[in-house]
Amino acid sequence: MIRQQAQEMSLRFDSYPENEQFARMAVTAFLMDLNPMVDEMADIKTAVSEAVTNAILHGYEGVIGQVYLVCKKQGADVALTITDYGKGIEDIEKAREPFFTTKPEAERSGMGFAFMEAFMDEVHIASTPGRGTCVEMKKRLQLPVRE
Amino acid sequence: MEFEYETKTGSLRVYTPREIDECAASELRTEVDMLIDNYQIRRLIFDFMNTEFMDSSGIGMLIGRSRKMGYSGGYVEADHLNERVWKIFTLAGLPKLISVVKEEVYD
Repeated sequence: MIRQQAQEMSLRFDSYPENEQFARMAVTAFLMDLNPMVDEMADIKTAVSEAVTNAILHGYEGVIGQVYLVCKKQGADVALTITDYGKGIEDIEKAREPFFTTKPEAERSGMGFAFMEAFMDEVHIASTPGRGTCVEMKKRLQLPVRE
Repeated sequence: MEFEYETKTGSLRVYTPREIDECAASELRTEVDMLIDNYQIRRLIFDFMNTEFMDSSGIGMLIGRSRKMGYSGGYVEADHLNERVWKIFTLAGLPKLISVVKEEVYD
């Protein structure tokens, strides 16, 4: 049943790479009752994967810190916030450019933010070098008409 | 993570896992590179028949393998992409680097 009231869930997890899958699955499970189309769910999963992988690989760079994820749903609207307290982003505009990466030697594609932008309706990035990064993303699902 | 592969004189077909995220991509990178060197592979085929999900970590891994194969005069192909993986491929411009065996489901 789709409730009109806002519902929220939050996770805090250690920045081990394998926890990215956990975050993705938790978001999927939380949104399952909205009955999103397969493609929409895949869009959200990819965006979560990109933001959480960024927090783990670029925010904390192998140091184990905490990643915070908040997911809200209200009607057809889904909002996600992924926060880390890692090293932050020096130049957000540059980070958003497709194929830009600070870690080419690690075979990073530089497509993280481009994918978030391609798959979500809105992507906001707030970051302070030395303090951390917060990525906020929104998407409106194409839900069947209901009263 | 486990994945299957087949080799045949100079060619390697890798069946990629159901989900290719950072963890899976880094394991694939290590194992595939080992196989390429051990079997002197010239033609590397990634078979996505089991794959439902891939993020940009997978893209990085594929670009890296394409480069590695290019250095030794080899090449990379991709087979059995579902619509989702095809979308990720095109967004990242991968079809320019990796020849995709097209099936009718794509437009």
